Amino acid sequence: MNSQTKKALVVDDDEDFVIQQKAALERLGYAVTEAHSRAEALERLEEGRPDLAVIDLMMEEKDGGFVLAHQIKRKYPETPVIMVTAVTGATGLQFAVDDQRQHRWVKADAILAKPVRFEQLQREVERLTK
Amino acid sequence: MNRTTLDLWVVDDEPAMCLGVRRTLDGFSAPYEDLDEAVDFRVTALESGEACLDRLGQQAPPQILLLDGKLPGVDGIDVLRQIGERRLAITTVMITAYATLENAVKATKLGAFDFLAKPFTPAELRHTVRKASREIILTRRARRLEEEKRQVRFEFLSVLAHELKAPLGAVEGYVDMLRSGTAPVDALTRMEGRIQGMRKLITDLLDLTAIESGRRRRNLEPVDPAEVAAQVAAAQAPTAGAAGVTVRVAGAPGVLEADRGELEILLGNLISNAIKYNVRGGEVRVELAGEADGVAIRVADTGIGIAPADQARLFTEFARIKNSRTRGIEGSGLGLSIVSRIAALYGGKVGLASEEGKGSTFTVTLPRQAKPA
Repeated sequence: MNSQTKKALVVDDDEDFVIQQKAALERLGYAVTEAHSRAEALERLEEGRPDLAVIDLMMEEKDGGFVLAHQIKRKYPETPVIMVTAVTGATGLQFAVDDQRQHRWVKADAILAKPVRFEQLQREVERLTK
Repeated sequence: MNRTTLDLWVVDDEPAMCLGVRRTLDGFSAPYEDLDEAVDFRVTALESGEACLDRLGQQAPPQILLLDGKLPGVDGIDVLRQIGERRLAITTVMITAYATLENAVKATKLGAFDFLAKPFTPAELRHTVRKASREIILTRRARRLEEEKRQVRFEFLSVLAHELKAPLGAVEGYVDMLRSGTAPVDALTRMEGRIQGMRKLITDLLDLTAIESGRRRRNLEPVDPAEVAAQVAAAQAPTAGAAGVTVRVAGAPGVLEADRGELEILLGNLISNAIKYNVRGGEVRVELAGEADGVAIRVADTGIGIAPADQARLFTEFARIKNSRTRGIEGSGLGLSIVSRIAALYGGKVGLASEEGKGSTFTVTLPRQAKPA
């Protein structure tokens, strides 16, 4: 793989979701590194800056995704972070990042609801890496 | 002992009465040994019904109101009526010089909690106030318990919804990929796996609901647990074979009185866990033994074990332990919760001994004679 290939990091404790996002990002031309927990993701981050990160909100710790998003942004402020979540209004957690106030504490550039369709991911990736 | 301070207002047009109440209750603390709670009072004296209504409109109402029934102008009954109309949760004690039955009925209908007939001694006042505050504490506790139950239920449903959405989302994702011709070769197998997971979750949920509601028709009869264990082990032999795990059943504890279906569910959950959380080439030993307090069902595995910190929360719903070793293991998160509920139904016990990297042993002890439902 040449050094021009863009790198993406996918983090989710759901194996199937990792497989699906990985395949989708590969279609978009990314070389994908996967991680299944926040700890594993931090190790991957030590190995270099990804050009994009797609992370799940709910990993083993309930707000693991939020914490990880903060950590990614602190280390690599330039890396766009897409957060995916199966959480809905029913759990009392409802948010969007187009709201300035929420953007201050949700360190993600986009939030997508699961299941994520390819076109949706493509649109967000293109928007964020323009 | 917990300490609670309650606001108490006394409304009486006789200054001496207000002063007397204040003196009697100032520094008085009502301890309730059985509730592990002591109550102190913050007394406010008001000289008229109008003053009382004004104050009710301006600030938080008191928990207890000592109300003179006979006041010039707006009298006690009017105040009581107003409290009812404003839906204020105040425990009201009527103070009255002429405790007629008619007044009593009227006041009770309007929601008065108790009566104090003039003249009364400080001891009588304390006794009445004590009774009223006990009622308040009990009501508060009942409400808090109800609130906690609602919260638990809400959390259960939220997690359940999430647990169902995750596999559904995975399946939808593969459908999308199949449609666009980008699916991996094992997509169908993976979809099947997630669908089975959902089915198992729903089956477990129905088991749990049936046990919890007590609606399930139980057929208590003499059952040989060794026979049930052998049957369950045989049913799970294909899964065990695929995982490379050997299951052995040993022991002849004799019969116990039980519902066969419940015993199957209990053993089924324990044995399937012992297979799932095992290692290739590992072993599951199901040992049944007659003991002083009944029959012990021991299911031991040579698997990954459970960290001490995780052991405590293992029996609560959806408490699936997630770490690198449990990744990829499917489960509803309800199995052990079902096991402990069935055990409780029999007045039995569940025990766990586990060491990380070595394995876990779950022991369920059931009495010979089932507890009547």
